[in-house]
Amino acid sequence: MAAADAPRGLLLGNASAAPLASVPLLPFHEFGDALVAAAEAGVRVAALFGQPLFAEASQHPRQRVRLHAVLADAERGRLELLASDVQESFPSLTPRCAQLHKFERELLEQWQLRPIGHPRPEPVRARLQERFFSMAGEELHEVAVGPVHAGVIEPGHFRFQVHGETVHHLEIALGYQHRGIERSLVGGPDARTVHRIETLAGDTTIGHATAYCQLFEALAGGHAPPRAHALRAVALELERLANHTGDLGALAADVGFLPTAAFCGRLRGDWLNLTARLCGSRFGRSFVRPFGVSFDVDDAQAREMRDAVATALREVRGAVQLLWDSPSVMARFEGTGRVATDVADELGVVGPAARASGLERDVRTDFPAGAWRVAQVPVSTAGGGDVFARAFVRWLEIQRSAQFLLEQLAELPAGPIRGERTRLLPGRIAVALVEGWRGEICHVALTDEQSRFARYKVVDPSFHGWDALAHALRDQPLSDFPLCNKSFNFSYCGHDL
Amino acid sequence: MLRILLERLKQGHRTGAFPAEEPALPDRFRGLPVIDSTKCRDGCRDCVDACPTRAITAKTTDTGRTSLELDLGRCLFCTDCVQACPEGTIAYTREYRLATRARADLMLTDGQKLVLAQSLDEKARRLFGRSLKLRQVSAGGCNGCESDVNVLGTLVFDLGRFGIQFVASPRHADGLLITGPVTKNMELAVRKTWEAVPAPKLVVAVGACAISGGPYVDHPEVMNGASALLPVDLYVPGCPPHPFTILDGLLRLLGQIEVGER
Repeated sequence: MAAADAPRGLLLGNASAAPLASVPLLPFHEFGDALVAAAEAGVRVAALFGQPLFAEASQHPRQRVRLHAVLADAERGRLELLASDVQESFPSLTPRCAQLHKFERELLEQWQLRPIGHPRPEPVRARLQERFFSMAGEELHEVAVGPVHAGVIEPGHFRFQVHGETVHHLEIALGYQHRGIERSLVGGPDARTVHRIETLAGDTTIGHATAYCQLFEALAGGHAPPRAHALRAVALELERLANHTGDLGALAADVGFLPTAAFCGRLRGDWLNLTARLCGSRFGRSFVRPFGVSFDVDDAQAREMRDAVATALREVRGAVQLLWDSPSVMARFEGTGRVATDVADELGVVGPAARASGLERDVRTDFPAGAWRVAQVPVSTAGGGDVFARAFVRWLEIQRSAQFLLEQLAELPAGPIRGERTRLLPGRIAVALVEGWRGEICHVALTDEQSRFARYKVVDPSFHGWDALAHALRDQPLSDFPLCNKSFNFSYCGHDL
Repeated sequence: MLRILLERLKQGHRTGAFPAEEPALPDRFRGLPVIDSTKCRDGCRDCVDACPTRAITAKTTDTGRTSLELDLGRCLFCTDCVQACPEGTIAYTREYRLATRARADLMLTDGQKLVLAQSLDEKARRLFGRSLKLRQVSAGGCNGCESDVNVLGTLVFDLGRFGIQFVASPRHADGLLITGPVTKNMELAVRKTWEAVPAPKLVVAVGACAISGGPYVDHPEVMNGASALLPVDLYVPGCPPHPFTILDGLLRLLGQIEVGER
């Protein structure tokens, strides 16, 4: 616990900012040791990213790059910021700390920084992966799926090494959805910034927009009023309810259990329509804005929404109960696609996927900001780490989120929905974490001397998560892939940015 | 089994009567925008500057007045122009019918009526009018459009009753439904999928991204929409379009809703 007990970095609360100069700059070996020690002590690496020291030389292969790390210490509810300068290459920390492996690949892709000794220095998203891990042997075969899939879903490529029916290894190659969002945010904020944020992962519009606005407010030294925080939380939970309900329906469809699939498909729409009642858009577009929200609800509307929540919860309960009552469904869910607790922890998995593997991590409880400072939702966990656990955690969260809505909508704080607008301050760094429906959303922004974004880092929960899917498939029949994939339902666009 | 039947009774019959009945849309739904440039203050460009995708252009007419033009194919249906304009020059109506056959039909000016999609010609209608199989390709979409396309398969919309279905293989398809701005990384996959669809074939572009690039317009990583690669037969604007907007567009294309009928 040495690292966590004696922090080397700058301590920061969620959704707050500090002068950039106050982040301790360590020699790389100390920086690396601090990250590894933190991970060993149960502190997660929420973000690790580079920022070139001279922007005009950004394409120069020998440029100096400042690494920024954000460590999330859930036990103490605090964030720790560290920095270190590197050039050209650095000794990879991945062999000592697995949750860094994707971040290091990203450093290689974005800034041509070679992580020496990294086991798999392949592209992340900007370029498409060409080399794949493969196994040799007479009875082994390789199955390639994607980027275009059979359903109405986003593109990604999956490469399986299969022996008979058993998957020995799955490599997931993404990047097909890469549209250059992080790069385009530099120099902002401008008229388009918030819209790029809202479409980082379009099914998580509220989650990402809330992270952006909390970051914005911290960098500007401003505030959103309590009523706005409460309405943001209402929208965030509606987003969770819609997606969790949809996922349970889709899981039912993947095992051929059509009643729940049909009911939940419709009920997902009922949650989305509640969001539309709030702001006109089923996905919550144009609702969350810096210093507040764009739409208010009056008492009558809040009452109507409460009634609609109670009805939808009752109907979801009926639809979902059928799953647990059907032995054929349970036989397919239980024991399928297991991710052990230690594997989930080592990979730094977040959200329902982590909680289904027994890890108690939830930003709403661990790093409360906004409405979560005064309201609580119990953390929902399950033990098995299998498809059943991931389904059951969603069901627990549906009930608790609906309960939260019933409480919030009954007593929304009075007052305005927008605070005073202030301008971003120069030379600052801010971090915002939000528990989106897939898990921890992490946004980090640095402002330059002109108060523009010098760097904007987005870590979608899927960035940590996709490798858990690869692990879940080990020693599983190939035919269980769709079910396993759906049980995580990670975002392609949120990963590809 | 009895439990399932009982639950089925509780859940009730949910398939809507569209298109015979108008869909129930939320009070705050943002549909077709209307422009009234007569309200513009001289020289004011606030809405033009506020628009995230530069969907609005302002021209000065011979008489010295401002005339606004709004590109529905770029419009995100956000509230930025409305909030930027104290005069109320641009307002959203609750009109959800927005799909057109031509890109140029998406350009709106003062008091102009949107030319909704005409049906396919007689020959194509005979082929596709009562059975249209589409392969959906997401090419940089944010899963907003994908979700609201997917939802058409749920029992509320029940796409199947119109003879429209999403199929797993382009070989089985009559056309593609594209979402997303078409990223460079998806260019090859989109081309190959298109080539795998037997002719004659259709392309439907759903959402601001697939029409114009949407929030990513002019990013070097994207191709500003499906028409960079493919001939588009139906444009469905929105970010994302409401499922009824998409359904209305598809039914108009197939001649299942006639122009002037609604």
